[in-house]
Amino acid sequence: MPRILEVTDLSTHFTTPEGEVRAVDRVSFHVDEGQTLGLVGESGCGKSVLALSLLRLVPPPGRIVSGRIVYKGGDLMALPERGIRRVRGREIALIFQEPSTALNPVFTVGYQIAEGLIVHKMMKKKEALREAARLMEVVRIPDPGRRVRDYPHQMSGGMRQRVMIAMALACRPSLLVADEPTTALDVTIQAEILDLLRNLKRDFRLSLILISHNLGVIAETADRIAVMYAGRIVEEAGTNDLFARPKHPYTAGLIRSIPRLGDAGPEGGDRKKRLAAIEGTVPDLLRLPPGCAFQPRCPDVMRECREHVPGLRPLGDSSDTVACFKHHDPEGRPR
Amino acid sequence: MSATGAGRPLLEVTDLKKYFPIRRGVFSRISGWVRAVDGVSLRIAPGETLALVGESGSGKTTTGRCILRLLEPTSGRVVFDGTDLLSLPARAMRRMRRQIQVVFQDPYGSLNPRMRVGTIVREPFDIHRIGANRRERDEMVAALLRRVGLDPGMRDRYPHEFSGGQRQRIGVARALALRPRLIVADEPVSSLDVSVQAQVINLFIDLQEEFRIAYLFIAHDLAVVERIADRVAVMYLGQIVEVAARGEIFRNPLHPYTRALLQAIPIPDPARARERQVLRGDPPSPAQPPPGCRFHTRCPSAVEACPRIEPPLLEVTPGHWVACHLHPGPEVGR
Ligand SMILES: Nc1ncnc2c1ncn2[C@@H]1O[C@H](COP(=O)(O)OP(=O)(O)OP(=O)(O)O)[C@@H](O)[C@H]1O
Ligand SMILES: Nc1ncnc2c1ncn2[C@@H]1O[C@H](COP(=O)(O)OP(=O)(O)OP(=O)(O)O)[C@@H](O)[C@H]1O
Ligand SMILES: [Mg+2]
Ligand SMILES: [Mg+2]
Repeated sequence: MPRILEVTDLSTHFTTPEGEVRAVDRVSFHVDEGQTLGLVGESGCGKSVLALSLLRLVPPPGRIVSGRIVYKGGDLMALPERGIRRVRGREIALIFQEPSTALNPVFTVGYQIAEGLIVHKMMKKKEALREAARLMEVVRIPDPGRRVRDYPHQMSGGMRQRVMIAMALACRPSLLVADEPTTALDVTIQAEILDLLRNLKRDFRLSLILISHNLGVIAETADRIAVMYAGRIVEEAGTNDLFARPKHPYTAGLIRSIPRLGDAGPEGGDRKKRLAAIEGTVPDLLRLPPGCAFQPRCPDVMRECREHVPGLRPLGDSSDTVACFKHHDPEGRPR
Repeated sequence: MSATGAGRPLLEVTDLKKYFPIRRGVFSRISGWVRAVDGVSLRIAPGETLALVGESGSGKTTTGRCILRLLEPTSGRVVFDGTDLLSLPARAMRRMRRQIQVVFQDPYGSLNPRMRVGTIVREPFDIHRIGANRRERDEMVAALLRRVGLDPGMRDRYPHEFSGGQRQRIGVARALALRPRLIVADEPVSSLDVSVQAQVINLFIDLQEEFRIAYLFIAHDLAVVERIADRVAVMYLGQIVEVAARGEIFRNPLHPYTRALLQAIPIPDPARARERQVLRGDPPSPAQPPPGCRFHTRCPSAVEACPRIEPPLLEVTPGHWVACHLHPGPEVGR
């Protein structure tokens, strides 16, 4: 399958008074055309900064310090500012994590959806607003003819998220990056939005990067999954493989520690069933432990884990990768 | 552990209502009411966990706060261990608070940032003058911190020096200090990282076993609820629409809303992905709840009676209560 996006050794740092925050640290992954890559990881591990980096939208004091972002064969890092601006929205669209900050409270939602069409597609305002109403119908907003004139505050969280999706779709991008599109929503609304995203992906022939801390959301939507921990991707594999045979101890621990329906102990049993927790806490990016960032919590820790940082390496001849000395020695040779 | 809530309940809530006024205009005239809690009845047996689940805005927090009398209910009865809490004078209520504690959702906002952690946990002992002297109280604090998995050596640090999971443990230690018989836990793990959430859920499970505390466990994650609950109550727009024992509600949900909630949960297991009926539309506002059954505007199985007649909460099989016209009474021979 052709690759729509290939990211190699991407690093984004923030220079702060307390030190250099390596929010994204030598990250490599790819997205195949028409596929969904799920990016999963806990709060603060660098998911949003990675998403912003793809479109070179990292705010100062952050900056991309190295790496290649090859989109449809061309390196986005090599484009001048004018070039990357043409990519944003039209080729790659981003749905931001916070719908309330991404929507402007003083404009109608219809106008905000139409804006991209007026700017990028040179549409007349009236025509663009008609297209906005059509897009609102596509994202299943009831009564779109009337609701184009609504302001963001007149809509529920779920409706606002749909508006964000309509905005992202307006200029017909090929790749959609959705950063936690359902996290703030109730499960019933979340299910509806995910269902919508899956249908849109098919109808609009989109490739999708879906960011979430919820492994359930990722499992149901993604073809492949990349797992992030403390700024790095620690494992990437096909969804079924990753769940059936996680390679990194962090991935394995994460999968074991989520409660899932149907796994609780028998009713009326003497003991409620405890969960298999990962001990310890997520490290502060400014005070990373030596070696592998997961090493202090890892049940399989070895001496080299405390001394060297494991690189992300392919497993056998598959396109799966893992960053763990259980699978590669410090020289990168398979074990 | 009682699965049915039979026997003398520790907590019994009857027809609880809390309406918030909506004020408009220069004279702040009351133009309507938000019916946040609108006729909730529930019971919790000693040592039992009742989980209260439902979408955002369904009235879970308001119910919890009314039980604790952090909010004055509009009407209803709250009886704790035979005592009517709503008619208690303030001083007696303060004494009662030793037995009913609370753990909040937000481990960042709920601890005083200017107090050392040891002082935060010791405060209940100081207020209620428990322990012979300061040294004895400090020893009790150390034991509590150890019990929730924190190093007592950290007692001189401030809340911001702890992670979310650790802060939630501090909140739990403080709630445990007076050996309460009931803890109202309002979304205690929702704001925690996935890998840390499991530690705190385990702590709740272990402490209940050790101290036989009853929990009113407010949550929206049904997978968490399945771990910790003995019984589950499902709320929609200020009302309870279904109550049943844990196994029953997950195996045999009767209310269409409960079914939708269960089906909506994403399954972290690609081998088990399944069909689901996606609910259309948003929950209506509790300021203008729909007539009849409040769920009828989103219900996939609504019948003619639903928009007209409000279905009462009926016991259809022993211990399984549901408010739905599709389940009009005791089901015989099932
Ligand atoms: N402006 C900034 N200055 C300094 N550090 C920053 C800045 N923005 C982000 N960071 C750091 O970069 C890291 C990654 O943040 P990011 O927002 O990408 O996390 P995330 O994985 O999206 O988390 P969440 O799940 O909470 O959204 C964090 O540790 C954060 O502290
Ligand atoms: N002080 C208040 N004044 C007016 N309305 C209020 C007040 N507190 C809560 N409400 C309203 O009452 C309803 C129930 O709110 P509540 O916080 O109890 O819901 P919840 O089920 O806990 O939701 P969540 O899952 O979002 O925490 C909501 O519509 C809310 O807006
Ligand atoms: Mg983020
Ligand atoms: Mg609440």
